[in-house]
Amino acid sequence: MEISKFLQNFADILEDTAPSLITENTIFRDLDEWDSLTALSLIAMVDEEYGIKLTGENIKTSTTIKDLFEKVNG
Amino acid sequence: MTGMAVAVPKEKKLNLNNSLFEQEDIQKFISTTGVFEFRVAPLEITTSDLGLEAANRLLDEMQIDKTEIDLLIFVSQTPDYLNVPNTAPLLQHKLGLSKSCIAFDVPLGCSGFVYGMSTIATYMQNPAFRKGLLICGDTPSKTINKKDKSSTLLFGDAACATLFERTTESNIMHFNMGSDGSGYDAIIIKDGGFRNPFSANSLKEIDYGEGIIRNQCELVLEGMDVFSFGITQAPKTIRELYDYASIDNESVDFALFHQANKMMNEMIRKKLKLEIEKVPYSLEKFGNTSSASIPVTLVTELSDNLRQGSHHLLLCGFGVGLSWGSCYLKTKNLFVLDLIEL
Repeated sequence: MEISKFLQNFADILEDTAPSLITENTIFRDLDEWDSLTALSLIAMVDEEYGIKLTGENIKTSTTIKDLFEKVNG
Repeated sequence: MTGMAVAVPKEKKLNLNNSLFEQEDIQKFISTTGVFEFRVAPLEITTSDLGLEAANRLLDEMQIDKTEIDLLIFVSQTPDYLNVPNTAPLLQHKLGLSKSCIAFDVPLGCSGFVYGMSTIATYMQNPAFRKGLLICGDTPSKTINKKDKSSTLLFGDAACATLFERTTESNIMHFNMGSDGSGYDAIIIKDGGFRNPFSANSLKEIDYGEGIIRNQCELVLEGMDVFSFGITQAPKTIRELYDYASIDNESVDFALFHQANKMMNEMIRKKLKLEIEKVPYSLEKFGNTSSASIPVTLVTELSDNLRQGSHHLLLCGFGVGLSWGSCYLKTKNLFVLDLIEL
């Protein structure tokens, strides 16, 4: 599983955020566009693209996009 | 299943008219959840009042002999009293049903309609039970803080009455149910039961950030956990039911899902590869009506179809508990009343 692909998938769920802002170290909660509804899109994306069940707890305990990737990859 | 009626309160709440939250946030909420408006019951109307009206009209118009109703089940998480007493006996009395009628509550929410059906169907395998009445619904508005963005724009009030009769023909009704209490706190009212008895602190409002303010006696909805559960468990229970009943999408005329939220339900539909035409929604106008959401969708979206001929329906409820249930059944010339407004 490539993190570059994960970053691209993450950027795709956002509408108003430049893809260049989406890096491994991005603190996703600090993105202007991030809210609880974006979290649902993230769960949906991970389910569709990776067939993995991402939980609310997984998201709450992550800070950067890399943290999320590791939970999906783990 | 031979007849069905749904009652909703008259008062409409339009999400775009909500002035407590930013318009931009509301727009995003609507595009994700699909909920434009919903109904709200006034203080003096309870779930059982809505259900009573639906049941009275249904039994009246179907010209049912009330002495033949041997079973009454009330499915709700918003009963008249906190289970002392159950609401079903009160409804037995108000409806003028026989004292030999068995009446009890089943306190489930999103999965409640399917659970109520399966309980009635199980009893009615015994020929002593001639007719069974399922009264099912909720008034979530009474449990929600208006300053809680996660729930106040989503839930609507509604109740239904559904009649079941023994027939001489063999009929199809298959169920697949399940539970997972490890997710008990994904949808919860924390205080007021016996685990956390009501106290002065129960009414203290707490600001959780992100537009969520509520006290301990109000509904908590952990959206992420419920979403993650729904998109995984609903397709799973339906696939298991398909296997058990040896059916597939071709065997289904209409699929009625609990109206959780549009994005979640569309994911479930797509995972099952069900055609969009087979999956009606009532979310736009009625919101998530908890245990009434499947009947609300049946009555508001499919009544013309159901009144004539035979139809194979797939029903699936999933949520609070966590609890889920799916059902595959055949209806024939179902007696469906037009939507009742109280």
